[in-house]
Amino acid sequence: MNTLMEVAIVLTKVLVFILFPLSLVPLLVWLERKVSALIQDRPGPNRAAIGFIRLGGLVHLFADTFKMLSKEQLIPRNVRMFHYLAAPVIIAAVSLVVLPVVPFADVIQLPGMTISMQALNIDAGLLWYFAMTSLMVYGVVLAGWASNNKYALLGGVRSSAQLISYELPLGLSVVGLIMAFGTVQLNEIVQQQGELIFGFLPRWGIFIQPLAAIVFIICAFAETNRAPFDLAEGESELVAGFHTEYSGMLFGTFFMAEYVAMVVASAMIITLFFGGWQIPFLDTATLVDHAAVLSKGVLAGTALVLGLLALWAFRLFKRHDGHYGDLRDKESLVYAGVLGAGALGALVLLAIAFLLPFPQAWGGPLFAASMQVGAFVTKTMIMCLVFIWVRWTLPRFRYDQLMFLGWKSLLPVALANIFITGIMIYLTGGFNL
Amino acid sequence: MKDVSVRKVKREKLNFWERTYLLPIFQGMSITLKHLMANLIGGATMPIVEYPDKKKVMPKGYRGKHRLTQRDDGSVKCVACMMCATVCPADCIHIEAEEHVDDTIEKVPQTFEIDLLRCVYCGYCVEACPCDAIRMDSGIYTIFATKREDFVINKEQLLQIEPQDPSEARPKQGMPPLPQGSQSSTATPQTYYPGASSSSQ
Repeated sequence: MNTLMEVAIVLTKVLVFILFPLSLVPLLVWLERKVSALIQDRPGPNRAAIGFIRLGGLVHLFADTFKMLSKEQLIPRNVRMFHYLAAPVIIAAVSLVVLPVVPFADVIQLPGMTISMQALNIDAGLLWYFAMTSLMVYGVVLAGWASNNKYALLGGVRSSAQLISYELPLGLSVVGLIMAFGTVQLNEIVQQQGELIFGFLPRWGIFIQPLAAIVFIICAFAETNRAPFDLAEGESELVAGFHTEYSGMLFGTFFMAEYVAMVVASAMIITLFFGGWQIPFLDTATLVDHAAVLSKGVLAGTALVLGLLALWAFRLFKRHDGHYGDLRDKESLVYAGVLGAGALGALVLLAIAFLLPFPQAWGGPLFAASMQVGAFVTKTMIMCLVFIWVRWTLPRFRYDQLMFLGWKSLLPVALANIFITGIMIYLTGGFNL
Repeated sequence: MKDVSVRKVKREKLNFWERTYLLPIFQGMSITLKHLMANLIGGATMPIVEYPDKKKVMPKGYRGKHRLTQRDDGSVKCVACMMCATVCPADCIHIEAEEHVDDTIEKVPQTFEIDLLRCVYCGYCVEACPCDAIRMDSGIYTIFATKREDFVINKEQLLQIEPQDPSEARPKQGMPPLPQGSQSSTATPQTYYPGASSSSQ
């Protein structure tokens, strides 16, 4: 019975860790389109609708997905078929296997069992990330080479050169972090980030290793092949770079993998430098002990936020009534109603929580874990937003600038960081500020 | 080499912070963040036209889809003089003339076709027209059809296109006064066309 339970838990974890980035992909596509639109002073996608419900363009997700799935698959005649088909599979598979090493929450201590919130709890969690992300470039190179197209080939070549020049500082920047934390186990790294330095600052990676954080974040951008490092795509020079010859769902796979890689890179940055699942000033023990009070606080906060959002939607309805002159004007009213109902629901739950005694034995750890998962997902989404924000702010690097930055700036900085960290550890004796 | 003038452009030297890229990146990101937040909160102030719901009013003089102007009785004002077809650089106007029922008017187009796919929207036809019969003041900037043949629009379609500014619907009738001696013996010597109102010059 116990082994069956364990198998069920492992299977659930695997499913969640695969589905989490995949389900974020359409959301991120929507976010990308909407944020880019708002940055450029335009409203962005807002036409696709189910009836008159447009959800601020979210309905476009369905339209996009169906379009992508139903498109004709054009495969040029002279491609190397095996490698051509293998390339998107490699990229998608590799980008999906990285996330399982990331801890979504602290180890859950339920009566009778402990559940680790990593699907792949290996000692070399950090090394697994490096190994897998550097494999991802093989997909790009293969796609470029197998397409039998000079633009695609150039994209692939650029990508491999970029990988060599950015993998090095990426790995070296983390050396200082490993020296400071003394472990490569990702969950232990996150647990150590819950402590405080000087009594008020969370001991996050970015505060004790700022240089490493800068180098790592820049290199993580380069690893995901996103702007300003998307030279492999470079649509102004190389048509569409390595995926020029791909269409339909094969292109969709590349597209998906790009966003999955973005989620993975964000999760990694958060885990290493922004405290992972840690909620600042609230460690796991505190969360478990005060779960009864905190859960009521969270419910009240949810009700408040939903109520305010409902008010905002209602105000939007009042302000824009008669704007279109059809049912679309009533859309905000529907949202206000739904959000208001959500707020009421949260209030009802709060009343129930006050009436019933709190089941501390299993309720405490589960509440703590769900809060930590929430914190982790929120931080990851904010980091994804930063990825999008950067893409729509910075122009693409020229190729020599890219090489210059990688070899002449980031590499020395990463090396210097190791020396500085070593000296600090020698002077302070263990780096326990 | 003496007469080659060389202008030395002074290269802007980047200072230390600019060479790290970090500070300029944060400056740029603050600009985009400002736009993002401003549009998120007050979305109504975006400088946009919600196109299919609202159409942009084109500036006066914008060369849109062509139209043929009408006389007060609704007949075509064109006299099939072939000026526009002659001047057209894209060779997109095709006119076939026929006799007008009124003796005072020599000709009238039997067919007047414009191939909108060939047209380059230069406006020469409007300039060339001696009697203000063809205009491009419709303000229509979306030229679309589902078939190639549908882009060739004929006289009836051209007559039905409305101008963007409703006051331009019936341009002033008639022509400038003809030189003395060549006037016809009709009652209204000042106007060239029958049906012209007395408001003509």
